[in-house]
Amino acid sequence: MGQAAEALLEIRNLSVSFHRYGNGFAQEELKAISDLSLTVRRGEVVAVAGASGSGKSVLASAVLGILPGNAAVEGQLLYRGEALTPGRQRALRGREIALVPQSVSFLDPLMRVGVQADGSRRPRQTERRRQIFRRLGLPEETEKLYPFQLSGGMARRVLVSTALLADAQLIIADEPTPGMGLGQALEALRMFREMADEGRGVVLITHDIDLAVEFADRVAVFYAGTTVETAPAADFQRGEDALRHPYSKALWRALPQNGFQPVAGHQPYAGSLPVGCLFAPRCPCRTEECERKTPPVRQVRGGEVRCFYGA
Amino acid sequence: MKGTVGRLARIVAAYSIKMVLLLLAVSAVAFVLVTASPVDPVQQYVLHMGTAVSSEQREEIEDYWGVDEPPAERYLHWLSRVLHGDLGESSLYRRPVADIIGERFLNSLALMAAAWTLSSLLGFGLGCLMGRYRGRWPDRLLKSLCYILSSVPAFWLGLVLLLVFSVWLGWFPIGFSSPIGALRGEVTLGQRLYHLALPALTLSALSFSNIALHTRQKLIEVLESDYVLFARARGEGEWAILRRHGLRGVLFPALSLAFASFSELFGGSVLAETVFSYPGLGSAVAEAGLGGDVPLLLGITLFSALFVCVGNLIANLLYGVVDPKIREVQE
Ligand code: SF4
Repeated sequence: MGQAAEALLEIRNLSVSFHRYGNGFAQEELKAISDLSLTVRRGEVVAVAGASGSGKSVLASAVLGILPGNAAVEGQLLYRGEALTPGRQRALRGREIALVPQSVSFLDPLMRVGVQADGSRRPRQTERRRQIFRRLGLPEETEKLYPFQLSGGMARRVLVSTALLADAQLIIADEPTPGMGLGQALEALRMFREMADEGRGVVLITHDIDLAVEFADRVAVFYAGTTVETAPAADFQRGEDALRHPYSKALWRALPQNGFQPVAGHQPYAGSLPVGCLFAPRCPCRTEECERKTPPVRQVRGGEVRCFYGA
Repeated sequence: MKGTVGRLARIVAAYSIKMVLLLLAVSAVAFVLVTASPVDPVQQYVLHMGTAVSSEQREEIEDYWGVDEPPAERYLHWLSRVLHGDLGESSLYRRPVADIIGERFLNSLALMAAAWTLSSLLGFGLGCLMGRYRGRWPDRLLKSLCYILSSVPAFWLGLVLLLVFSVWLGWFPIGFSSPIGALRGEVTLGQRLYHLALPALTLSALSFSNIALHTRQKLIEVLESDYVLFARARGEGEWAILRRHGLRGVLFPALSLAFASFSELFGGSVLAETVFSYPGLGSAVAEAGLGGDVPLLLGITLFSALFVCVGNLIANLLYGVVDPKIREVQE
């Protein structure tokens, strides 16, 4: 994936916050995504990795334009160089941009899988969908089943089939591996790798850095609603020193094969984010500056890092 | 398909056993209550007939109620008569109870069917509307309306409707199921419906808000589900989602609820029919109770229990047909 490949999705300084009524009449503002930037090119799998509650799923909804009504969005979203307006999102989702959700709960429990995968588009593409089912190794009678009758792996493939049926160029996979055995997880990730190799762009939202690194080209480390580092996947395999941000290094050390050291402290609550660097309260290298100013994104050794000192 | 029929047969069989036990229990309790009450069926009969009771008639009545037997045997004696289809003779109407029930039930059935259809359709439609616009003004308005309607007593609502539409405006008749003085055969369908309108409206107000609120809740659950989010992500529009996922998830729970509401329907018909002097089973219950007509009271009690059971049976069957989890697992 050379730099020449077309940028499918460009996210620039995206912020998403939710209004919520807290105790009494006080309105609370939850900042799910702060000042996030990310680019996805054709042929590329970009893993967005971070602990749960870091706002990863909100990112998917924001790109597709299916955020709930109490969400406020700032910043810029571009698809193939053009702004993603709500109208354009409506036209593109399910066609050019597809979501592959995480679990069988995203299928209507009262609808047979086949009709459901066909979607509401007319004319129905039942024949093509059958081909895709076959290609994914789903037995003939799968289409007659209800979601609760699917095994985890089958459900996964049915969900993937919807993206293939749409012939989407950009695929956002939201946590596609939890609850799967290692074999199934590898198989699922291989499917996404193939999609990218066929010239699509894939955003792989996951908390399993280990697996993601195997299949992704780049890894964006997510923390408290923003990417703190975007690095070539190979850097994660090379080790702590190849990484740029203190949080990425801490995550690396938390991996089982690297010592299993948990990162001390908690992610900040979205309702009360710290001033300055979001990671500062937990950062071993913080200085006074970190607590006053938000660090800018800097290009370092072929990656991006949001830290004053990352090198 | 064959599996479905077999499964439904199983549901019917299982429920029928429950139903028989329940009816036995109802009959026993009703009989005990009547026996314990100061009303003596034989006395009442004689009272209503005046002096014209011959000694044979009196003996027959005493035999029917097993006057000289101990309580348990009296009950069994009465039960065996009932099981043979002999519900006794009404002391108020001096006709077999079974005939009265048959006749009155047809009237009630028309009323309840009209009310039921009205409340189901309206409840379902408005419930969908509220769910679709959840939190916005149509929802808030209709929701308040539902809460008000569900807390207003049926007889009071009936009286208000009667006052406004029949007495002041004169748009609807004051009561009965047909024009006063008209012969049975001459009453047209239009006249019947015309007389049915207000009682049916009153009665439907009873279960309407229940169905509407339930449907609303269910639809909101569906619309906020993961699978609707995914449908949206796949480009399904608002209406496609309502049609494909909303109705599917909402229709049958609402229908089951409607069938399960037969008991409220019957309970409400007692009040509605009394307010509108509508000659149905409900008003017959009131008359029988006030007039001490024991056989009629017992007969209607048993009959209404049966009626409610049938409604519940249909509700159960619907769930069996519709919910794929119940359906496919048993195959
Ligand atoms: S900016 Fe400061 S606090 Fe934030 S990660 Fe870098 S060193 Fe740590």
